[in-house]
Amino acid sequence: MIYDWLHNITGSAIAAAIIQSLLPLFIFILPFALFAVLLERKVSGHMQDRLGPMRVGYHGILQTIADIIKLIQKEDIVAAENDRRFFDLSPILVFAGSYAAFAAIPFSGAFIGSNIDLGIVYIVAVTGLVVAGILMGGWASNNKYSLLGAMRAAAQIISYEIPTLLIVVTVIMITGTMNLFTISEWQTQYFWNWLILGGPVFGTAKILLIPLMVISFLIIFLSTLAEVNRTPFDIPEAESELVSGYHTEYSGMKFAMFFLAEYANMFAVSAIVATLFFGGFQSPIGYLGNVFGVKWLIPIEQFFWFTAKGLFFVFVQMWLRWTLPRFRVDQLMAFCWKYLIPFAFVILILVGLITVLL
Amino acid sequence: MALKTEEMVLNMGPQHPSTHGVLRLELVLDGELIENVIPHIGYLHRCFEKHCEAMTYPQVIPYTDRMDYLASMYNEFGYVVAMERLMNIEVPERVQYIRVIMGEFQRIASHLVALGTYGADIGAFTPFLFCFRDREKILNLFEITCGARLLYNYMWIGGVSHDLHADFIRLANEFIKEFRPNLKELNDLLTFNQIFIDRTANVGILPAETAINYGITGPNLRASGVKWDLRRDDPYSIYDKFDFEIPIGKGEKGTTGDCWDRYYMRVREMEESLKIIEQALDQIPEGDVSSAIPKRVKPPVGQIYARVENPRGELGYFIISDGSLNPYRIKVRAPSFVNLEVLGELCKGHLVADVVAILGSIDIVLGEIDR
Repeated sequence: MIYDWLHNITGSAIAAAIIQSLLPLFIFILPFALFAVLLERKVSGHMQDRLGPMRVGYHGILQTIADIIKLIQKEDIVAAENDRRFFDLSPILVFAGSYAAFAAIPFSGAFIGSNIDLGIVYIVAVTGLVVAGILMGGWASNNKYSLLGAMRAAAQIISYEIPTLLIVVTVIMITGTMNLFTISEWQTQYFWNWLILGGPVFGTAKILLIPLMVISFLIIFLSTLAEVNRTPFDIPEAESELVSGYHTEYSGMKFAMFFLAEYANMFAVSAIVATLFFGGFQSPIGYLGNVFGVKWLIPIEQFFWFTAKGLFFVFVQMWLRWTLPRFRVDQLMAFCWKYLIPFAFVILILVGLITVLL
Repeated sequence: MALKTEEMVLNMGPQHPSTHGVLRLELVLDGELIENVIPHIGYLHRCFEKHCEAMTYPQVIPYTDRMDYLASMYNEFGYVVAMERLMNIEVPERVQYIRVIMGEFQRIASHLVALGTYGADIGAFTPFLFCFRDREKILNLFEITCGARLLYNYMWIGGVSHDLHADFIRLANEFIKEFRPNLKELNDLLTFNQIFIDRTANVGILPAETAINYGITGPNLRASGVKWDLRRDDPYSIYDKFDFEIPIGKGEKGTTGDCWDRYYMRVREMEESLKIIEQALDQIPEGDVSSAIPKRVKPPVGQIYARVENPRGELGYFIISDGSLNPYRIKVRAPSFVNLEVLGELCKGHLVADVVAILGSIDIVLGEIDR
């Protein structure tokens, strides 16, 4: 829909495609990152018997903007011993890696940056850039703490991609497509059609799928949590051990880029989980637009539901962060290799049998 | 094919978020495994002992506050106990009760900091703020008593500087009533959290024999299963009047003497301290708090070693008097200083992340180590 409209205006297919891919960034992600930073501080504050930021604006709603202004003004410190080229490149890669993922995420029936058939594979691939960026930053910082943090991060992200991918493959086997838009459309309308409740299939297959899908959801949520380095998997930036891990040496806007990428990542993870298992942009209870016969209302409602689902999982991540201690690096690896991956394989095989036999 | 590997020396501190002050650790690493830990101390050295020689005896008290700044009341307690023994001063009953109440409140406050910061070291930040919230209430109690929140100069030789505030007993009882559920909340949130147990159980095991050989005292020693508490084994003040348990580590979640035991020891000691405070608040007699304070502190020639059970272990004062107004020599046996020595032994073969867990479980205060 948006693509056709843009095509009409610009008269060029390439320009329309580029603008459309950039739209999620400006319409959604940048404002979201601002909002999420504030939300995190408010959530943590209220969980800890504090109020959080209160000074800038009503209940501190402008706090993040004040922070951004502060960060822009800051001197960008580069130590003499840093490897300048890679030091500069690293935040860009991390930022790009996490933002590029949004291009393939369907925000609503009419709003998707780029509706590519390999959507989910594209997201997994493009977030791989983040690993390169983190390693680069840790190495170029010429700081032992950064290096340790970066190596931990690389090991962690690569390990946890395996269970993520296995569960993605399971989902692909059930839905028969890699296109995130189609996956969302497939889990039509009501919440009992969501994949976590077996998807829009009926009979024995649905009953068998429900427990498997609940476990799959837990696995993919945990492993994506680890991929974006959130508590209890925030070992790469473990404040009490490694100061702040791979971005210890960064300051000013470069630091802000890491920081914004982290919050964008939080939403990306939530969005993927919501799309795969919770119906994506589909409403759980039907659309007002259908009831009143106002067709243009439906995409807006879908956008609302998608954002609500995403924000819910973002909130869960914050909740976990301010409740749990963190794992130790070897326990983290053991958790992935000894529990998540074997379980994911078992689910892969069982789901394969179910889809073939039933 | 053998890969060529090198040891890496990682400098941790003095500016590091979890060295609990200005401690510098030189870690010799093989990958992330610890080969050796060399603590470097002295960044907070203020010549306490030398300084005391130029002061009169009562003027030393504010300096004792500044040693273990998380347990100032107890540092004063130790010093006045030593001075009163040296000078043979009989202290009024009410003063003894006030001192015990303050001392035990101080123990709770100090343990709360230890537990909260330990949680933060392990990565759980919320318990830290919960603990500081409760500690704040204790500091409020101290504030209405003597006007200060951190460095009190409250216990004087032969007495205390102010009598209890009229509201103190009511407020203290209210605090105890509020604090018990909070302690349970802390246990639910952190102590019995599976991730926390995984991080701390079977880490940094300190066997009883090693602990005794190194001269470890306080909760760290008791966590290793040795029932040794100066409040019971070398009674001072009026601790023999109260009914309380001495908890020891049992290795419930791992091995006796691991980090979890040392952590949980402090939780249980807080419960015991609450019991002591409750009894003391019930029994406290009326009386004058300043009648025994000598006008001029001039102890006879002689020397004394007196020790008390500070929140961190055996705090000992060795005082030599030459009969003048100034001490000839004051030597402090600081529990943190002695407890820190075992760090290298505990850390060997563990990961970098465990150094933080082990250091936090020993619960050091740099002000006391460097003096």
